[in-house]
Amino acid sequence: MAFARRARPLPNGGFEVTRLSPLKPRTIHLAILALGGQGGGVLVDWIVDLAEHAGWTAQSTSVAGVAQRTGATIYYIEIVEPTPGLRPVLAQMAVPGDVDILIAAELMEAGRAVQRGFVTPDRTTVITSSHRTFSVEEKMVPGNGVANSEAVLDIVRKQARKLVIDDMQALAVSQGSVISASLFGALAGSSALPFSVSDFEAVVERSGVGVKPSIAALRAAVGVAQRSEPPPPPADAMLTAARPLPERATSAKLQPLLDRARRDFPQVIWNWLGEGIARVVDYQDVAYGDEYLDRVAHVLATCKGPADKDLATEAARWIAVAMSYDDVIRVADLKTRGERTARLRREVGAKEGDVVGSEEYFHPRLEEIMGLLPSGIANWIDGSSMIQKNFAHLLDNGRRIHTHTLRGHLQLRFVANLRRWRRGSRRHAEEKAHLEMWLAEVHRVLTQDPALALELLRCRRLIKGYSDTHARGSGRFDRLLRASRELFGRPDAGQALSHLREAALSDAEGLALSTQLQKMGLTA
Amino acid sequence: MAERSFAREVQQLLVPAGTEFRGEGILAVTKALLESGVSYVTGYQGSPISHLMDVLAEAQPILSELGVYFEPAASEAAAAAALSASVNYPVRGAVTWKSTVGTNVASDALANLASGGVTGGALIIVGEDYGEGSSIMQERTHAFAMKSQMWLLDPKPNLPAIVQAVHDGFALSEATNTPVMLELRIRSCHLHGSFVTRDNKRPGFTLKDALENPTRDVNRIVLPPASFLHEKEKLEQRWPAAVKFIQERQLNEFVEGDLDHIGIISLGGLTNNVLRALKHLDQADLFGNTRVPIYILNVAYPLVEEEVIRFCEGKRAVLMIEEGQPDYLEQNLNTILRRHGSNTAVHGKDLLPQGGDYTVTALQTGIRGFLEQHHRAAFAKPVTMAMPTVSSRKATVLDGADQAPVAAPVSAALALTPLLPPRPPGLCVGCPERPIFSSLKLVEREMGMHHVSADIGCHLFSIMPPFNLGATTMGYGLGGSSASAFAAGAQLGASKRAIAFMGDGGFWHNGLTSGIANAVFNKQGNVFVIVDNNYSAATGGQDIPSSRTINPNRSTMHAIERAVRGVGVDWVRTLTNTYDVNGMRAALKEALSAGTPGPKVIIAQSECMLNRQRREKPAKAKAIKAGERVLKERFGVDAAVCSGDHACMRVSGCPSLTLAPSGDALKPDPVASVDEHCVACGHCGEVADAAVLCPSFYKATKVNNPGRVERLRDRLRQATVGWLQGRQWRSRAERALFPMEALK
Repeated sequence: MAFARRARPLPNGGFEVTRLSPLKPRTIHLAILALGGQGGGVLVDWIVDLAEHAGWTAQSTSVAGVAQRTGATIYYIEIVEPTPGLRPVLAQMAVPGDVDILIAAELMEAGRAVQRGFVTPDRTTVITSSHRTFSVEEKMVPGNGVANSEAVLDIVRKQARKLVIDDMQALAVSQGSVISASLFGALAGSSALPFSVSDFEAVVERSGVGVKPSIAALRAAVGVAQRSEPPPPPADAMLTAARPLPERATSAKLQPLLDRARRDFPQVIWNWLGEGIARVVDYQDVAYGDEYLDRVAHVLATCKGPADKDLATEAARWIAVAMSYDDVIRVADLKTRGERTARLRREVGAKEGDVVGSEEYFHPRLEEIMGLLPSGIANWIDGSSMIQKNFAHLLDNGRRIHTHTLRGHLQLRFVANLRRWRRGSRRHAEEKAHLEMWLAEVHRVLTQDPALALELLRCRRLIKGYSDTHARGSGRFDRLLRASRELFGRPDAGQALSHLREAALSDAEGLALSTQLQKMGLTA
Repeated sequence: MAERSFAREVQQLLVPAGTEFRGEGILAVTKALLESGVSYVTGYQGSPISHLMDVLAEAQPILSELGVYFEPAASEAAAAAALSASVNYPVRGAVTWKSTVGTNVASDALANLASGGVTGGALIIVGEDYGEGSSIMQERTHAFAMKSQMWLLDPKPNLPAIVQAVHDGFALSEATNTPVMLELRIRSCHLHGSFVTRDNKRPGFTLKDALENPTRDVNRIVLPPASFLHEKEKLEQRWPAAVKFIQERQLNEFVEGDLDHIGIISLGGLTNNVLRALKHLDQADLFGNTRVPIYILNVAYPLVEEEVIRFCEGKRAVLMIEEGQPDYLEQNLNTILRRHGSNTAVHGKDLLPQGGDYTVTALQTGIRGFLEQHHRAAFAKPVTMAMPTVSSRKATVLDGADQAPVAAPVSAALALTPLLPPRPPGLCVGCPERPIFSSLKLVEREMGMHHVSADIGCHLFSIMPPFNLGATTMGYGLGGSSASAFAAGAQLGASKRAIAFMGDGGFWHNGLTSGIANAVFNKQGNVFVIVDNNYSAATGGQDIPSSRTINPNRSTMHAIERAVRGVGVDWVRTLTNTYDVNGMRAALKEALSAGTPGPKVIIAQSECMLNRQRREKPAKAKAIKAGERVLKERFGVDAAVCSGDHACMRVSGCPSLTLAPSGDALKPDPVASVDEHCVACGHCGEVADAAVLCPSFYKATKVNNPGRVERLRDRLRQATVGWLQGRQWRSRAERALFPMEALK
């Protein structure tokens, strides 16, 4: 830490001018945005080793802090080509507008990098994984709270000089490795650094841990990065399209239903009718499928003129959902299916002959059990507090059922076989009454305000699940039904109900719905 | 056992002199300590210096070999007090912690130490947790150095400078009989670089020598009249000695520049970013050459009057660059210059931000403002000159770093803001603390909201969604005492009790006395939940007295319940399995409604999952390889059964409990799904059961290396259940519209 020379007076009376070095060595700035636990530190170490091994100067910094616990973390690296005899002074943080390569280990983090100004058009190469790690905020929403990947990606694409994108997480896992390896490979393949792929591979080999799978993931990612066109972004990844209606039904018994759908219904909703038929017949029986088509047909018949496509689709969809309400019989059936056992075995990576077990978490309430009983018996029990008390006591604790054992399997099969008597149960009577009340309301509205009727159909989305969830959804559905009656006659009734439904799905406490109802001057 | 292993790094501590040492800043400090002949090191872990403690803990054999004593202290106060070994004996000691929080805790001992002064070098290495990535209140350590008169080193952020500061720090401490603080910012702690090593040194005078030949000097003890003497000594002897040492050793640096009429005074730790800002303004190059002269304060306190005057001499104006507030150095600078009748204008917080991180962008704006006022020529149109590159390779777009930064359009950032979900830190996959908060959520459903005082530690993540529990955090171990005022509830006839949380780390740090003994003594009726996860988990999983693991260097296994009962608590419930939501819920309900007087203490025990996995994963893999019977579990959700309401996520928040497409066109809402990171803690199923949510959760188990009987039984089961399933499949096929999923 010596005193540097002070500016020395020159003979001509001036001062010697400090000369800035004319050298402009190649300098590359990399920022890495990762989530705690994704191994961002490993990737940083690899990049540093890559540069240092080539004689470059490298400096990395990070701000981990509490972010190591699942939060977002940022790492920053500067590398400089060899400058013999001179030691570069490097910055300790990414500077907006001054980043050459941005690596994001998750899609929203790429968006965050753009938001923070780390992606400059004409300059920054963006390497990002397209996979999503959902934040708690997204997961908590009772409906679909998933952020709009397409919109974020669209902005990232516009801002980046070059974009390398793929599901680096899945790619790494498919090679038995971790995301740092596939991102490192994507960096190699992007040609954004003046090092060859073999230089990259040598780094992984030097690291000495999990070399084989890491190299495999690296190579796969190189290929991905060198693809000419990045894959198109997925539409809403959370939506599943309706399957095309088959020509022939798998079971001949369903063919008349299929023929009827084709004959009596507009083609635009055939696929949805197929989904609906498949669901309700699997749920109950073939006759139930006819009942389903009757109900949909009834709605369409009420329309003035040909039914609107949206209205017809929503009717086909939500009537099927309403008719196949979630109950214990259905759950028992789904959990004892052979294909489910096969799925479970795949999940745990079991091979032929491996011993696999499964334990189910059940906790039916008294209401669920009562719902299974014929209405008459259930009503009789309602009158006897003693029987109720004993029943309730039995149900205090949840049931753990081992479905891989014969005993557990038979227990659930017994419940599943109650399907034959489902139509006589108390629950079915209740559900049927509720369904008919809802459809009556749709019919009433349909002739005068088809937009409101459409939204009313969509409100069925609120009713789902079991126990408390079912009660909460039904309660909210009832509030929307009341709101729809109050809105009826207003020109914007449909749109207003749509807003209310979105609000009802956005939080569990129902605060958003209450606020929205108040704002619209409706009964909260 | 800390969550990260430094076995590889530790080996670097033994390299011979002259070797190029590569690694993080914090590792370089560790090596420098050994090179400077330190006799003892202690401290308290916490970001950003946790790794220093972890490396030292793992380097125990090397330290023993060198005759260096190391202990992880019970608190920063305990660590600071340990420096008293250097008061009477010429032994070098170093302590480290997270600052300012740790310095707050240590300040009583530090003030006493600084008053009496030291004989051997005393170095306090503070991890300055300020700015981006910080997890604590935004304050600077500078004030502590000033109030107790301890010298504060703030070296340039490169490994050679940091290492040199350790050596200089000890020497300065000894030359001035004053403890020295060495400040390392977050990014410098995690800075990767290299330096050339020296030999490790054994202490000349050892603690053994001290113990066998004890000496004392009553004048070093803080008690009148010596304490008045100390203040005089500080001003008349130690301060001048420090000024002399700093000047003679040239600890501060003067960087020459041709724009002699102006200058920048910068803290050492900010040098790199200042130079980068100057480079962006075309006033510096990549190698630290600058047109604006810079006076680099590697010693942030005290300011050396003579050097300041010398630097400012003939200058129209200087810019003082120090982060945070108040502007101690700027004020000091003004005092010095005015006292000497200097006309040099002083700029600082008028051009730079009052608080917050001094990012390159912030510095650039400030320096630009300074140049605009005092050197407008800097912004004249530059004369274009061909700049040669170092190598002959063609300049490509890779030379981008040479361009001045061009910020992306603000519109993109604005458009993104509503689209990006926030991502705060949270509890890890399988965290044993999650069920405690799920239980409390369920209790609140029945008994209403309660006042919850939180502490410092992983459990503080309960304040975030989905739990939204906890109203305040007052400091490490202070969760208990921060609920004290609410003990008034008993006196005022309140229908609810306050709940105080505390981690086991905080409990041993001071919570046992400040929280629990205090509650006993004052007959508080509050409910205390002690989260006993085996380690000081939030700081990286270091062992503490109640750790239930065997550590050859420490005495562990001291049960919290014994300590709590020892200070007089009668109502204690220890739950040895936090994942038992029903049990936890019952204990909380009982504590909130129990009629007995005095504090109700619930000790919720389950091992930190990060540490547990680090131990169990390799052990399991080894056992499987060895042919032992090992059960592997994971949880799952039946997509067809899940309703897509996500109630499970609202009471869990486990990162591995995530969303997936329903795979059913009729179900537009995403369903719950358990990803491959699941560690089978069982919480999701447990809470779905306790909260009576839904039956979609299941646990799948796979037996590795099953026995013959087990294999046979399984074959029988598969045969019978499989036969039944086949029959059922065929009967379902009678009702199928689409081709059915195969059975295999």
